[in-house]
This record gives sequence, structure tokens and C-alpha cells, in this order.
Amino acid sequence: MDKSTHALELRGVQKRFGSIYANKSVDLCVGHGSIHGIVGENGAGKSTLMHGITGFYPIDGGEIRVNGKLHVFKSTKDSLAAGIGMVHQHFMLVESLSVLENIVLGVERGFLLKQGLKHARSEITQIIKNYGLEVPLDTKVSELGVGIQQRVEILKALYRGADILILDEPTAVLTPLEVEDLFKFLRNLKHQGKTILLVTHKLKEIMAVTDEVTVMKQGEVVLNVKTSQTSASHLAECMVGRPVLLNIKRTAGNRGEKILRLDQVSLRDSDGVNRLSEVSLDLYAGEIVGVAGVAGNGQSELLGVLSGLDSPSEGKVLCRDKTLSNWIDITHDKNGPSLRRKLGISHVPEDRLKFGVVASMTAEDNIRLGYHGRTKSDSLFTNPDRITEICQSLMNQWDIRPVMPKQPLESFSGGNQQKLVMAREMNAAPRVLLIGQPTRGVDIGAIEIIHKRLLELRDMGVAILLVSVELEEILSLSDRILVMNAGRITGEVSSSEASEQGLGLLMAGIAKEGKGDPQ
Amino acid sequence: MNHLKTKYYSLIEPVFLPALNLFLALIISSIVIRLIGESPLKALHVIWQGSLGSGEGIGYTLFYTTNYIFTGLAVAIAYHAGLFNIGGEGQAYVGGLGIALAGLFFGALPMWCVVGLGIVLGALFGALWAAVPAWLQAYKGSHIVITTIMFNFIGSSLMTWILVSVLRQAGQQAPESRQFASTAFLPSLKRLFLTCGIDVGQSPVNAALIIAILFAVLVWVLLWRTRFGYALRVVGINPSAARYAGISPASMMFSAMLISGALSGCLGLNELMGSQHRLTLDFPAGAGFIGIAVALMGRNNPVGICIASLLFGILVQGGGELAFEMPHISHALVVVIQGLVILFCGALEQLFKKPLRRLFINEP
Amino acid sequence: MMLTYYTFIILLLAATVRVATPLILASFAGLYSERSGVVALGLEGMMLGAAFGSGCAAALYHSAWIGLMVGILVSVFIAFIFSYVCVFKHGNQVVAAIALNICISGLAPTLALAWFNEGNQTPVLTEPNQRFLDISLPFSYLFKKHPFPGLIYSDVISGHSVILYMAMVLVPVSAFILYKTRFGLRIRAVGENPHAADTAGISVKRIRTQAIMISGVLSGVAGTYLAIAAGSGFIPDMTAGKGYLALAALIFGNWKPYRALSACLLFAFTDSLATRLQGVDLPVVGVIPVQFIMALPYVITVLLLAGFVARPEPPKSIGIPYIKES
Repeated sequence: MDKSTHALELRGVQKRFGSIYANKSVDLCVGHGSIHGIVGENGAGKSTLMHGITGFYPIDGGEIRVNGKLHVFKSTKDSLAAGIGMVHQHFMLVESLSVLENIVLGVERGFLLKQGLKHARSEITQIIKNYGLEVPLDTKVSELGVGIQQRVEILKALYRGADILILDEPTAVLTPLEVEDLFKFLRNLKHQGKTILLVTHKLKEIMAVTDEVTVMKQGEVVLNVKTSQTSASHLAECMVGRPVLLNIKRTAGNRGEKILRLDQVSLRDSDGVNRLSEVSLDLYAGEIVGVAGVAGNGQSELLGVLSGLDSPSEGKVLCRDKTLSNWIDITHDKNGPSLRRKLGISHVPEDRLKFGVVASMTAEDNIRLGYHGRTKSDSLFTNPDRITEICQSLMNQWDIRPVMPKQPLESFSGGNQQKLVMAREMNAAPRVLLIGQPTRGVDIGAIEIIHKRLLELRDMGVAILLVSVELEEILSLSDRILVMNAGRITGEVSSSEASEQGLGLLMAGIAKEGKGDPQ
Repeated sequence: MNHLKTKYYSLIEPVFLPALNLFLALIISSIVIRLIGESPLKALHVIWQGSLGSGEGIGYTLFYTTNYIFTGLAVAIAYHAGLFNIGGEGQAYVGGLGIALAGLFFGALPMWCVVGLGIVLGALFGALWAAVPAWLQAYKGSHIVITTIMFNFIGSSLMTWILVSVLRQAGQQAPESRQFASTAFLPSLKRLFLTCGIDVGQSPVNAALIIAILFAVLVWVLLWRTRFGYALRVVGINPSAARYAGISPASMMFSAMLISGALSGCLGLNELMGSQHRLTLDFPAGAGFIGIAVALMGRNNPVGICIASLLFGILVQGGGELAFEMPHISHALVVVIQGLVILFCGALEQLFKKPLRRLFINEP
Repeated sequence: MMLTYYTFIILLLAATVRVATPLILASFAGLYSERSGVVALGLEGMMLGAAFGSGCAAALYHSAWIGLMVGILVSVFIAFIFSYVCVFKHGNQVVAAIALNICISGLAPTLALAWFNEGNQTPVLTEPNQRFLDISLPFSYLFKKHPFPGLIYSDVISGHSVILYMAMVLVPVSAFILYKTRFGLRIRAVGENPHAADTAGISVKRIRTQAIMISGVLSGVAGTYLAIAAGSGFIPDMTAGKGYLALAALIFGNWKPYRALSACLLFAFTDSLATRLQGVDLPVVGVIPVQFIMALPYVITVLLLAGFVARPEPPKSIGIPYIKES
């Protein structure tokens, strides 16, 4: 093997989805026996690039060279044959099978399992010895903790002879201790000559374990540098900085009464992992609170608990009643969303298609979603003309095109769909509005209208909680910014003090200067 | 230009797709008829003549149509809530018990009372028979298809026992109840049709047809003009969005199944109160399963269901004539067509949807 | 006195084994299909088709073995259609299965009438080589001389049709295939997590199709048994829900081979008992209506699905068509 060639070399790699370029022209060089980090925000093109390298979604243009040799990967089989193994973020393990069975699946070497398993066992035991990771071979995967499951994934790749390992957001589901173990193991691999690509958005980890790092932004590579020659804040700057597209004039808000409270709320998922840890926050009338943070740090769960779709494992959710005299405990209710609407809490969900709309139904049907219940003044039967009228008027107000209430919602663009959801929720004259990712998949024109309306709503005295991965959006709209990391609120900044870099560091779990490490 | 095409498409699709699927089913059936050594065209002619070629034929056709409207509506309502209710046969059968109770023991009441009671009891018993599978699916996640099939068999056993051991007339061999009181005889529609110039002869077409059509209207109103119907449809399409909207998917599914059972349960109005005037063994005679084909073909819309029911009424009545005139062809052929319709309209419905859509709407 | 009870039990056990045979075959057919993630509601139709095919062939060719071959061919053909609709065209598995079942329940009598003109059934098989008759295992006449416990060998174990012995061999063979071969491992993987299997380089489509085909073969044998071993030809609707019962037994057995076997035996036992208790005056309850006893297997199934008898754990991907996600 010629030491001068790189383990992996990408030149001008391109990937298109329809008319959108997920990867524009990516150049990348990864040396043998090194750990190479790839960072970027959500949607920067990291995952797409990895899919291209492994052949899961074959690339549309450019060259991939492994050890100097040119390869065309049409499927994952091809990349596996060339020695590239991928460890996915969401594990590809069959829970009911044992570790050994999972590892040999697809490369069983023979019709009868007995021989193949025996062979595999001895080989894998050797690998375990070489790289120093302990894995119980005969235990069912379902009984193993997440950290060990990940080791199984890595073993799978090694067993298939991978020399280049790609790890996609490997620490997303690990505890700090498990992360340490993983890094120890990765360094072992490196010393034995393996090449590792570490795809992550966690800057602290990049700084801790990589030799070189590549920053991606909007489908392109913006920086290629040795880790020793950069810093987390420098990376954050490159990752996040984006020209400001909109000029929203935001006047200072007029804060009113406290309306909604979270009191030490924790939420454990089915695996026992804390998705929210002792979160407390207050929402005041006439104020926009922005929640910043990289996706997956508990923001979705926060919205879930606030909106009533999820019940917290610990803690309380309290809401002031409409006369502002009493606090009502709404933590656990048979029908959380319904109760909230009665109290004047509206919710624009992050996952619009799953929760916010019924895509195959018409626009006017969707305008009713959540507000279809009967009030005392309504008749027994619904009046279709009235519904159409309401829908039309809202569509005009929000410039939703085409103004055809009887069209199925899925035929509208993402921006128009979002505008419809916002129209619906704001039309209910709420006291509190919860919004997640309001401008995801939305065109610029719609973004402007949505932002304008949010500020108008605030000025009318509504308490707004805005969750977004777009820092710029948070900065331009919020009066107060909370930052979430690993299920906790790690910082609170007023809008006047906030800066992109500062927030970027908080988001990455790195404290501001002077403070101790929050983790 | 595109708007026009889209508009045409949304009008054409609900009619064209089922017609295409029916056409395919008929083509394959024709192949079968050929295999038997008979002429498909002749068979088609006989079916047509036997069903719509005479007044009596029309009467019988409409009589069967009535059955399928009930069971078709039942399947459709459950489908809108996202559930595949295969238990219509059993629910209709047990519902018949309720109707029989009205006809056997409440004969002293005036007719409109007895019939009203029949509707209530038929619906109640049918709903009861759907309740257990319904509850198990909604609250325990037990697969509704298997439980309803089981309940079909259990229902059959139960009703056999009732007919043989409980309701059978003393000294009689036949497993059937005694005759209903005359107030439980639903009036024939013979006179109504005579005013239209059609003599339906001996056919049993009766007032249940009116009730069935009325139910179709009610189901349509329920689904598209009430809040309950709206919530039900949301649950069937997107249970997550339903939860977001404050709707409980479990309680909606349960309610939908009860209504479904109730609709099937009213089948006996036509067969028992309208025709046989007593409770008989296996009176649904497969109507529950035809209801599945009818619902799928009618795209779970009451208007489409009425049309599809008519089509199957034609097939069943015509099929009977066919078996008579061309003895080589068994009346089981109609069952084949039924199965093919379910296959194309239900399992393979996506097969033609995309190409047809592409023909009309230019999508990137 | 003792002898009458003993003979009763012997007859009961013998009947149990006989009744269980088609259930076991069909249940294992379902095992392969469901373990790979495909709903096995089509067992009823495949069995019925095989019953028809074997009845025809045995009548026409005067050979039970040709009957078996044709029965299997018909069942596999139906399985192939099912796999095309569901695996390749991603059709709704439940609806497709019910559709095919209904189709066949109509097609078989139609063709029977057209081809044989003896009503809706195939000609009654009268010759000995047209059916799978009972065979006596070696030395059973010796065992018969000493009825206690000799009858267990001569009447319960011996004296059944060849297909039954095939079924008995089939059980351990299937268990072996499922748990000790590469094919079985892949089936189980595809059934639990098709995405994982896909990433591991396994063709989900191919495995599922193969599993469905195997279930076609086994259902074919089951249907053939009904028609030309237990019966003397095809009669309309002769499967009488056994396909669904077999599926219920599979669920009862938590999708595991030996448990499914036990479930089939349990169902068969209940059924045989029912026949024997017909009209018998029992202490306390009197004469149980035969219909109640006949409904017992179905009631037990519902109780199981209600969670009263152990929690069923189906393969995770069951019923969901596998479409490569982005």
C-alpha cells in the first residue's frame, strides 16, 4: 500500500435530489490511520455525503478513490467490498437476535449456521482482543444498553473487513461515560491503522478526538483544517454564519403576566434515557421566548410536554386560567391537547406532516383540525359553506395560494401548508402559542409573513415559545433566548446580549468563558 | 390549463378507477368462463337479461342490492376509521336475532313500532357482536381482522344453537324459528314499482330498500356533515394528527366499529322482516363478504356503495339465472368476481392510480 | 370399565392426531410467511386451492401422488400471485389475502362443476391408489395383541396416512431450518427489522418471496390431506376456516415452532373431544350443546388475542410493506 495515497479521497462529489443540490462539489482527503471529523448544521449535507460514499444513494457526479483506486459505488455491497463500513445513527440491529447472529447476518458463510457461527466467533474474539472492546456475543441485542449496541454495530463493520469506518452522530444517544469509552476505542482503532470518519455536530467531541476536521455548510465544504490548528469557537463560526436575509424590525416587547410554567420537568423515554432533565421555564404574555439548540437535545420533548402530546415522568406543567386568578395543573390529563386549547394554548408542531395536518384532506378540512368541536352556539351539523368561507378568508389574509379551499393540502407547497397551520392556530386567538421550526421547508416570502405575524401576535399580548434550529430566526424574533443541550436548559440570554458565536458555543455544550463545563 | 385538468381528474378518478377495476375483474372472469368452455359474451347477456331484463328480475336485483347497501356501509364506516371489519357476516347474523326477537315477541304492537324495534334491536345486537373485537383492537391492539373472523365462526355456532335448540318450532325438522307476527312483515314495494310501470312479480323487494337508502344518506351526513364524522376520518388517515387535535383514536375506533356492527345488524330487516318472515339458518348467505367488495369498489362513499351494491345485485341475480340457463357455470362464479373486485379495488388500487394521475396532472 | 375409558382415550388421541395434521401443516406454512413479515391470512385459500387441485388430479390420473404434486403446484401458484401483489407491488397484505381466499372459494366449485359435472365437487375417489390411505407401521399387529399399552402404538402412532408422518417429520425439520440455517436466520431478520437486513446486504424481496413460496408448498400438502387423505375428493368450502385456525394456533404459539405444534394439538384435541362428547350427559352441566364445543377453538383464540393467555409478540415488521426509505 502506497503510503502517499490517502485512505479516502473525494473530488467534486455531487448529489442531487430533484433540482436541489444536497452536495454541491465536495473535496475531501482522509489519511490512513486517522480520525477525521465532519461537522455541519442540520441540512448541511453531511448525511447525504455519507450515503454517497457508502453507495446507499449513489452520487451523481465527482470521484471517489479508496487507497488511490477509483471506485463507483452503486450499492452498499460495493462500498463494503472496498472496505468502507458505516455505523448508522439509528442502529441497524435485529433486537431479537443475539450479538453474534447480528454480526454474521448477511455473511454467514454457509447454509448451516453452526460452521459459520463457530468461525465468526473465533474471528470476532480476535477482533475484540485486538481493539479492546468487550461485547457479550450470545446475549440478545434487546437486552443490551445503547453503548454496547453501538459496539456491535462497529464490530459488524470490522468483521466485514472495513478499513474505513464511518460513524454517523455516534454520541447522540450515549451518556458521557459511554462517550469516553467510545473515544478510547476509536483511538485504539486508529493506532491499528484504521481510518475513521466521525460525522457529528458536537464540537467538543471533534476537538477531543479528531486529527483533522472538515466543516460543511449548505452542501459545500467551507473549511478543511487540522484539529490542532483550530478551536471550537472557530468551527462554530464557520458552521453557523449565514448572511442575514431578512430585516425584521423588532421593537422591544412589553412583558405582561406569567401565564405558563414548567416546574422541574423530566421526561424519560422507553429506554430509560432522560430526554428532559429538570427543566423549568416561565412564559410571560407579550414575550417571545426562543429555544435554541441543535436538534435532538430535548426541544421536541419540551414542545411535547407543553402541548400535551407527551406526559412528563416528573415535574409539573401549570397554566394560569383565563381570569388570571388561579394556576391549573395540566401535567397529566386524559386529553392534553384538548385541555390546552380550552385554556387558549395553541401549538404549531415541528413535524407538520405527522402532527399538524392531515395531508390528504382538503385545506378547509385542515383549517378545522383541533377546532372542529362544537361550541354552544353551533348547530348539530356542520355548515360546509361557512367552513369554506372561513378558509378562504384566512387564505387571503395569509396569502396562501392557490385560494382553493377544496384542494387537498398535500398539493400546496410547504410554505403554504405552514402558513395554513399558523393561520389556524393564530386564528384561535390564543393566549399562548407554541411553535416548532416554523420556517422549515418554507420559501423566503412565506418566512417573512410568518415572522411578521409572530411579532404582531406578541404585541397583542400573546406568550410565544419559539423552538428553532435556525439561530438567525431565534436571534431576530426572540426577546429572551434559552439554550438547550442534552435535555437541559444550559443558558438563558436576553436578546440584547445574544450573539451567534456565544449561542453556538452554548448549543455545543461549551460554557461561556469563566463558567465550568455544564456536562 | 393545469387547473382544468386537475378538476377533471378529481371528478373522473372516483368513477374511472372503480370502473377500470371492475372491467379487469370481468375480463379475468371471462377468461375463466372460456376455460369452462362457454362463451363470455353469452354469459354476460344472460346476466344482463336475468337481472334487468324482466320486472321480476329487477325486483330480485334490488332485493339483493338492499342487502349489500347495509353491509357495504358497515365496512365503509369502519374503513374510514382505519379498520378492516371482516365480521359483517357474523354481525349481520347476530343482528338478525335481535330483529327476530322483535318479530316474534312484540307482534302485538303496531307495525311502525315493531319495525322500529326491529331496527333498534338489530342494530344493538349487531353492535354488540362487533363490540368485543372493537374493544380489543382499540384498547389492546389485537388485530381486528383475526378477531372478527373468529367472531364470524363463533356467531355461526351461536346462531345454529339458537335456531336448533331454542327457537326451533316443536316437532319441526328445519332449524328455523316460527313465523313472525304479521306486523313484522315489511311491506313489499310491488305497488310502488307498478306506478313506475314495472311489475316485480314474486320478487321479495320490500320497504327495507327504502330504509337502506335512508341509512346511506345518514351515513353520508354522519361522515361529512358532523363533527364526529370529521374526527373519525382524521383518525383513519392520521392517528397522530388526531391526538394533536384532541381526538382519542381508541375511542373513535371503538365507536366506528359499533356503528359498523349496527349497520350490518340491520341486514335482517331485508332478509327476515322483508322476505323470509322468520329467522333462518345462515340467512346472510355471504352478504357480509360481498359488503367488503362493495365498500372497496364504492371507495367507501355511500353514493359509490349504492351503485356498487346495485352492480353486485345484478351480478348475484344474473348469476343465479346464469347458473340456471348455462348449467355448466356454477353460481360460485359470482364469488370469483367478488374476490377479483376486492383484489383490484383493495389490494392493487395503487396500481392504476399513479399512471392515471400522471396522464392528467403534470407533476415534476 | 377401565377398558372402556382406555379405549375412549385411545380413540380420542388417534382422532386428535388425525385432525391436527392439516392444522400443523398450515400452521407451519404460516410460520415461514409471518416470520418473514408477511401476514398469513391466505392459508385458507391456498389450502382450498390445493384440495381442489389434488381432488381433480387424483380423479383424472388415478394416483394420490400425482394428486399431491398438483395440489402443491396449485397452492404455490396462488402463493406466487400473493407474493407479486404484496411484495412487489406493495399491496395491502390483509386485503389481498382475503381477496384471494374469496376468489378461490368461488373458482374451485365453478371449475369443478364445469369439468366434472357432478355438482360443485370433484368425483368421489373410490380406488385405493387415489387416496392416501392409512398405513400400518411395522409390527403393529403384534402390539395389538397386548392392548395395554400396545394400542398406543398400533392405533395412535401407527395406522395413519403417509402425509401425517410427513407432517410429523416436518416439525423438527422446520424448527431446524428456522433456527439453525442461514436461510432461517435471514427470514427472522427480515421479519424483525427489514431495514437492518437490507443494510446487511440481504434482499428483503427475495427472502419474503421464498418464505411465501414455502408456505405455499406446506399449505399445498395440508389441502391435499384434507381432500385425498382424510376425504375422498374436493367439496366446496371443505377447509371450513382451518386456515384461520392454523394462524390462530401460530399466534397462540407465539410464532415458535414447537409451541405452534402444541397449539395445533390442543385445538385438534378440543375438536375431537367435541365430537365425542356430543349428546353425552356430563355431571353438573348436563349435555353441552355441540355448537358451543365446536366454537371453543375460536373462543380460545380470541381470549389469547385479548392478552389473557400470555402476551403475543408478533414479528415486528408484520403486515408492513417494505419500501426503501429515504
